Amino acid sequence: MNLQRPQAIEFYRQMLLIRRFEEASSRLYMQGKIRGFLHLYIGQEAVAVGAIPALNADDYVVSHYRDHGHALARGMDPKVIMAELCGKVTGSSGGKGGSMHLFDSSRNFMGGYGIVGGQLPIAVGLALAVKYLEQGRVVMCFFGDGAVNQGEFHESLNLASLWKLPVLFFLENNLYGMGTHVDRTHAGGRDIYLTAESYKVPAAQIDGMDVVGVREATTEALARVRDGGGPVFLEAMTYRFRGHSLADPEEYRDESEVTAWRGRDPIEWFGELAVEGGLLSDADVEEIAEEVAASVRESIQFAENSAEPRLDTVYENLYG
Amino acid sequence: MMERPVAEITIREAVARGLREALDRDDRVFLMGEDIGRYEGSYAVTRGFLADYGPDRVRDTPIAESVIVGSAIGAAMGGLRPVVEVMTINFMLLAMDQVVNHAAKLRYMSNGQFSIPLTIRTVTGGGGQLGATHSQSLEGWFASVPGLKVVAPSTPYDALGLLRSAVADDNPVIYAEHALLYGVRGEVPDDWYDVPIGSAAVRRAGKDVTIVASSRMARFAEEAAAALMEKSGHEAEVIDLRTLRPLDTGTIVESARKTGRVVVVDEAWRTGGFAGEIVSTVQEEAFDDLDGPVVRVSGANLPAPYSRKLEAAVYPSPERILQAIERNFGL
Ligand SMILES: Cc1ncc(C[n+]2csc(CCOP(=O)(O)OP(=O)(O)O)c2C)c(N)n1
Ligand SMILES: [Mg+2]
Repeated sequence: MNLQRPQAIEFYRQMLLIRRFEEASSRLYMQGKIRGFLHLYIGQEAVAVGAIPALNADDYVVSHYRDHGHALARGMDPKVIMAELCGKVTGSSGGKGGSMHLFDSSRNFMGGYGIVGGQLPIAVGLALAVKYLEQGRVVMCFFGDGAVNQGEFHESLNLASLWKLPVLFFLENNLYGMGTHVDRTHAGGRDIYLTAESYKVPAAQIDGMDVVGVREATTEALARVRDGGGPVFLEAMTYRFRGHSLADPEEYRDESEVTAWRGRDPIEWFGELAVEGGLLSDADVEEIAEEVAASVRESIQFAENSAEPRLDTVYENLYG
Repeated sequence: MMERPVAEITIREAVARGLREALDRDDRVFLMGEDIGRYEGSYAVTRGFLADYGPDRVRDTPIAESVIVGSAIGAAMGGLRPVVEVMTINFMLLAMDQVVNHAAKLRYMSNGQFSIPLTIRTVTGGGGQLGATHSQSLEGWFASVPGLKVVAPSTPYDALGLLRSAVADDNPVIYAEHALLYGVRGEVPDDWYDVPIGSAAVRRAGKDVTIVASSRMARFAEEAAAALMEKSGHEAEVIDLRTLRPLDTGTIVESARKTGRVVVVDEAWRTGGFAGEIVSTVQEEAFDDLDGPVVRVSGANLPAPYSRKLEAAVYPSPERILQAIERNFGL
């Protein structure tokens, strides 16, 4: 990929926005302003930012409960996300969804799904509609290494391949499903992408800490999916720097493992690379940092100044 | 006014007619399920459909209930109006995540950004000596889930009218066909009509006792009412719920106030069964008008046994309903 300056700015800005947004949300959580589960994406930013902006506006994105990074990379308004996390009426679901259930129909961001593996059949169905309506769109569906042992994963891969549906299955292998290492959960070992090949789905494993590499692999995979040959599977090797959720005491990972992966921080790594390569100046980096900080501050103010939902909205939108 | 033409058809034919109409009227409607195409439906409802509508609109699926229902949800979010067949309600258990966690909740969780116009047809009920895994009546379970609608027709007229409403509905609807009612015949007008979801039918008017039931049990209730009249001259009012969710409490309570005696018949297990919901509703809303406790005639708290003799012991029957009325109310 012949990286240009505007692209480098976007990569850096989007990854940093996710990082700072989530750091801020974790502070609000500690202050009790965000409750429930809060699953941070910190460490995995290169995957969302490498993958999602490669889509067209009318393509679909399907996420899981660790969805803030995906939503931000899809261009969802940080204010609206933060307000949802705080349970406010101005949130994306008026306070009815919460952190795990973000939706934005205007961006074909089809959700935030709280059940491990549950989003996969739905992504397949979106792709079925795309094919049926001859829309030429693609469905990008994210899931974790924990989801691949669910029946729904296998049912979905099989059907998407059988019916040649336009899905890009995007596995973020961060080596853990909550506190359990993938070596202890998946018979196929760490190379989960090989499972996809048994369903005749072309698959590859990529470095999920390298935003440029993720973009290259995604672009190639999307072209292939758009060709109409059926789904493609990408496995991005990555790592979450924080606990599974903010309720996680984090007693199951070796300090040395965490340190080693933190040494490959996708934002620092890309920032250094871009500055060394002359794509970004130190001033750019500073400017982006300020811009991102302002945007995050604005999202917090917006959320804090927003009203709680009115009690009489509680029965709204159960049926249509 | 001209006499309207009326045809006598079976429930199987009524469902097939409703499905054909749905396919004819709206390109966004398609059917999907196990063995609905080449095999023409395990209960022969979709006979001739594949030939007439082609494999894009009549889709044979793998045996994978979760992705059948889940992909239908996704297709509905993507602008289609899927009508799915889950071969029997027993197999719905393999799609529970999609039905309960997703279909029922996506509109609410997205605060109305997405709707799920999805019809899930499935076959309910026992009595066919199919043994414990193939004889359950689980529609009452689904009726406890906010976000779902649940209907269970017992006549060809309702089968067609409710199917029209289900397909037109922007919410997920579970449409339960009883395995032993497919051959039931009845009159269906040629003119367009529908049966709104959420309205019960008074099958037979009466002043002495109310029998509340649905699906095959509603037919048993009518038989019991006829027997009661013959035996003692007492009049039973029979309410066929037709819809379990949203429940037409108005019709039930009005009848309970009138007769003061209520029997609820339910093919499902007694413990935690849907009959209990109706009992509660009646005692909450009509307690002062009741002459005695509201009575349940439910399925036994057992897996359905295979043997004909044993199986007959676990389900309600017209005789058991009659006995319950006589024993509890002295009619
Ligand atoms: C069906 C189901 N089982 C269990 C859980 C609880 N749970 C939530 S996230 C999670 C771990 C999932 O790990 P993975 O798929 O690898 O995603 P990651 O958290 O690593 O992003 C578990 C067990 C759940 N939400 N859904
Ligand atoms: Mg994981």
